[in-house]
Amino acid sequence: MALAENMLQIIEEEAAEQSFTQVSTVWMEVGRLSCVEKEALQFCFSAVTDGTIAQQAKLEIIDIEGWGRCMQCHCEMVLNTLYDACPSCGNYAIKVIAGDEMRIKELEVE
Amino acid sequence: MCTMCGCGTGHVHMNGKILHDHNHDSAIDAHVHVPGMNESRRVKIEQAILAKNDRYAQENRHFLAGHGIFMLNLVSSPGSGKTTLLVETIKVLQDTLPIAVIEGDQQTDHDAMRIRATGVPALQINTGKGCHLDAHMVGHAMEQLDLRDNSLLFVENVGNLVCPAGFDLGEAHKVVILSVTEGEDKPLKYPDMFHAADVMLLNKCDLLPYLSFDVEQVIEYAHRVNPALQVMNISATEGSGLQQWVDWIKSGHRRMTRQVVTAEKTTL
Repeated sequence: MALAENMLQIIEEEAAEQSFTQVSTVWMEVGRLSCVEKEALQFCFSAVTDGTIAQQAKLEIIDIEGWGRCMQCHCEMVLNTLYDACPSCGNYAIKVIAGDEMRIKELEVE
Repeated sequence: MCTMCGCGTGHVHMNGKILHDHNHDSAIDAHVHVPGMNESRRVKIEQAILAKNDRYAQENRHFLAGHGIFMLNLVSSPGSGKTTLLVETIKVLQDTLPIAVIEGDQQTDHDAMRIRATGVPALQINTGKGCHLDAHMVGHAMEQLDLRDNSLLFVENVGNLVCPAGFDLGEAHKVVILSVTEGEDKPLKYPDMFHAADVMLLNKCDLLPYLSFDVEQVIEYAHRVNPALQVMNISATEGSGLQQWVDWIKSGHRRMTRQVVTAEKTTL
């Protein structure tokens, strides 16, 4: 819920700066390794935006694949969870290089 | 309404008083019509959802570094023994270091009262329906606590292994507490928290003879999520392992105060 509230705040601040009064679509990047449950976010977003400039907005979630780099053999791999082992050497020391983002990318506005 | 801290809704309380009194004027009238502006267009934003919290966290971190204050953010499920651990830690350290505590709970000031009974100042944040503390609330709490230079500041977060992982408060370290009455697979079930923490305290180890809890397994799971995670086995009630934990705090605190001394020398 706090994340949806933060989204609305960002949208409202942009509305003041960029002079728009209605939002019809919100494109948001959500990494698979972020702590966001997409269905819960959809639900919270529609609850939070009710009665605001974004009440009609459709939330389009762009799924971002998780990627990691093995700290031992330096190979890069698709990461589905934070506890995946390196497919090459079996090591668990993997640095997340993509997939932990939660970012509003673009808005369609009027 | 300030959507970071919920102020204006009256849900967040500090020591029983509503947070807080400054104005946020971001609310936009949904029905305003601006002539010529109603054509559909795309606006690039590229904004991280937690950017605002992260900015507050950086402000907190900057303040703490400037005053040599070592802040630890204690996170866990409800019932892992965080408050008992804090009380016992304070008893050992309070004669050598100035200490203050920020307590986070949805309701009641029971925890702050337990801390104050040790003689250490404590400020209770009640998050209402909120499930975590954020950097904005903690920044206000820090202002109210009148913190001493070169002190130790504990934040006891709301008992929750999910959301507090995502909210940086400006702390030096997140410390996750897991009790042996929970499942060994918690690090895999809630990986974000164990990934974000630097230390894991395995608490209630005095109960191990009565349980089938596998200590090696839980440590192995935790290290899958975070190979650099430092693990200490403790019992807050019986005192085992507390010395190692206290020594770790003291060395972190020394590093923090040394940084301030070095920075002061550089500016002279």
